[in-house]
Amino acid sequence: MSRIAVLGVVSAILLYAGPPLIATGAWVALAVLGVVTGVIGYLYLSRRFIPAKYLVPGTIFLLVFQVFPIVYTMTTAFTNFGDGHRGDKQAAIAAIESDSVRQVPGSPDYGLTPALKGGKLVFLLTDTKIKQVQVGTADGLTPLPGAKIGISGKVAQAPGYTILTTPQAAERGPEISALSVPAPNGTIKANGLSRAFEGRAQKTYDAACDCVTDAETGRRWVADGSRGFFVDPSGRHLIQGWQVDVGFANFARVLTDPAISGYFLGVFAWNMVFALASVATSFVLGLGVALTLHHPRMRGTRIYRVALILPYAMPAFAMLLVWRDMFNRDFGLINHMLGLNLDWLGEPTTARFAVILVNLWLGFPYMFLVATGALQAIPRELTEAAGIDGASMVCTFRKVTLPLLLVALSPLLICSFAFNFNNFNAIQLTTQGGPFPADSPQVGATDLLITYTFRLAFGTGSAQFGFAAAISVFIFAFVALVSAITFRQTHRQEEVHA
Amino acid sequence: MTRWFKQVGWRHLVVLVVVAFALFPILFVFSAAINPLGTLTSSQLLPTGASLDNFANLFGSVTYPFARWFFNSVFIALSASFASLLLSVLAAYAFSRMRFRGRRVGVLTLLLVQMFPQFLAIVAIFIIFTKVTELYPAFGFNGVWGLMLLYLGGALGGNTWLMKGFLDTIPKELDEAARVDGATHAQIFWRIILPLVTPILAVTGMLAFISTMSEFIIANVFLRDPESKTLAVGMFGMIAGDGRNANFGMFAAATLITAVPTVGVFLWLQKYIVCGLTSGAVKS
Repeated sequence: MSRIAVLGVVSAILLYAGPPLIATGAWVALAVLGVVTGVIGYLYLSRRFIPAKYLVPGTIFLLVFQVFPIVYTMTTAFTNFGDGHRGDKQAAIAAIESDSVRQVPGSPDYGLTPALKGGKLVFLLTDTKIKQVQVGTADGLTPLPGAKIGISGKVAQAPGYTILTTPQAAERGPEISALSVPAPNGTIKANGLSRAFEGRAQKTYDAACDCVTDAETGRRWVADGSRGFFVDPSGRHLIQGWQVDVGFANFARVLTDPAISGYFLGVFAWNMVFALASVATSFVLGLGVALTLHHPRMRGTRIYRVALILPYAMPAFAMLLVWRDMFNRDFGLINHMLGLNLDWLGEPTTARFAVILVNLWLGFPYMFLVATGALQAIPRELTEAAGIDGASMVCTFRKVTLPLLLVALSPLLICSFAFNFNNFNAIQLTTQGGPFPADSPQVGATDLLITYTFRLAFGTGSAQFGFAAAISVFIFAFVALVSAITFRQTHRQEEVHA
Repeated sequence: MTRWFKQVGWRHLVVLVVVAFALFPILFVFSAAINPLGTLTSSQLLPTGASLDNFANLFGSVTYPFARWFFNSVFIALSASFASLLLSVLAAYAFSRMRFRGRRVGVLTLLLVQMFPQFLAIVAIFIIFTKVTELYPAFGFNGVWGLMLLYLGGALGGNTWLMKGFLDTIPKELDEAARVDGATHAQIFWRIILPLVTPILAVTGMLAFISTMSEFIIANVFLRDPESKTLAVGMFGMIAGDGRNANFGMFAAATLITAVPTVGVFLWLQKYIVCGLTSGAVKS
């Protein structure tokens, strides 16, 4: 029975995933798919490898969606991947040449109608003098008989082509300006969305000298393989570059570039403060309330417990945004209630205080929950015995209750630290890293390494994926180190050795 | 009277102060949700009026298909947490009960890998899924299935740890007795172990559900289509930019509705959660 199920699943995977790979000729991927499904089939049909039967399903997801992206990130950290360095050298040359196309005086001018054929963008070009329509693709020009030209001069109808409306065309703007159609005397490029011209590339690549030359000015940019740029003698480079291996340059930049390392250490220090303060405040408050409720004569604990847990059950992302608005200077609830006019999120000190307070609000219910559970697990005889022996309440707590609690809760505290160290949402949804100093809009007062990294990679400036990846690797190494040390100290390792 | 206060009374006072701290933002959200004006500037801590306009607007809105987002979120969170629960309890069973070569390395690797926040690799994920979208559109961008698979990538992390800790506390004699009686490893797992780990299943399921519902950054890159968004992505857009003040009432109403499933599950599982969390963590 189970054999049939296994064979069914294996063949279903092959049937679903195989055809697209065959169609695109991805033979390596197809081979990997075949081997993996083969191994799965063999594993579950054989009577051996019992532990693997339980571990393989999760491991596959872990490898594909967690480990592979991590490895990919680490290799990216050694490249200059980012804006200006997205593709390979061929793509960079093509982009440089096509960007430098200028209209040659007296060359033909076309009416342009962007259209789709089989999902691919093509140009329908109307020669303005002879009113003849041609199709332009990346492969060249072909005449198009049977096309109807509208009053505006644009093509109204063409059999087999889907004509894009102006909004649709505007959406594909970058694609349209990137398309260059080879023509007999040069290249046809779009000029806006409704006109096209024939021109010639001013900058051309010459493989002999591995350089780009400007036909008009005679300037010359030579390829620099270590930086992935074409560089002129004075050291300036063209905007378009290509992706190259830069070795440890990104890591070195984090540590040595004064404009970065100064920020890096500052951000790192605040990051530590934020994570430690978040864990410490929420643990102290959560444990404090749990201890207060933990008394045999206390009534109404159930209803208190529900009220205290509520913040944890509210959607965290939404409550972060609500807190952001409660701290607003002009119409925020907090200034309103306290009669203040503080620019809470606009000043470094108050903004830091605010995000820690918000994180305390979000985090203490969880600590309260686990502390309550751990308290109940400590036998009352122990604390009673201490009381009979004459120990004060404070002394009993410090010498008996707290050590026992910490044994139980320290793994959770470490996890909580690791979580808060990278608590992206807590910062991004409240301050977005701000407030930013006037002279350097790069790093804000509440920025964590992770929000800083995210802005480097996807921010408003130019994307620096390689550099951002290097910072990710630093974060990872640090969190792993801290956790490994603390786990060792709490003897968590013993469970592993057992 | 004074004796009562010394022993119990002050405890009520302290807890009431903390309860006030815990509840006041929620009260604010509640007032804003029933505030007939529906703007941030007009919202106060205590309700200034009562109407269900914001709720009606929320479900009637064309720009913000809230019902659709709600469905997407609950669907993704439920199915992803259920699947991740299954994956991690299988692995925890193997790590807790079986002795095999590479077990120690496996446990440590797991611990290490799960510390790498998945979204740090967002650039890599984006590139990978650009390719996947071309080959298998059903699992690509703007759909729930690809996102779900991505969430399962982290399934083996902390959950497995928590469950392994719990499983270690269940006496091994139980499965040994079953084995003597001729039970196979699969029968032991499904019939004996699984029923005994219900508390920890409830806890981890709950934690996975909450974190999936709140996950913002990966979903934000993954889902662009208004119809495909989850609550976190959609509601963020609702009060971004110009809508920040005007849509606040709708946003507050949406927050309350989003909390309903979580609070419900929470109250239902409360008993399990306390004992499950701690017994998973307690190491003798």
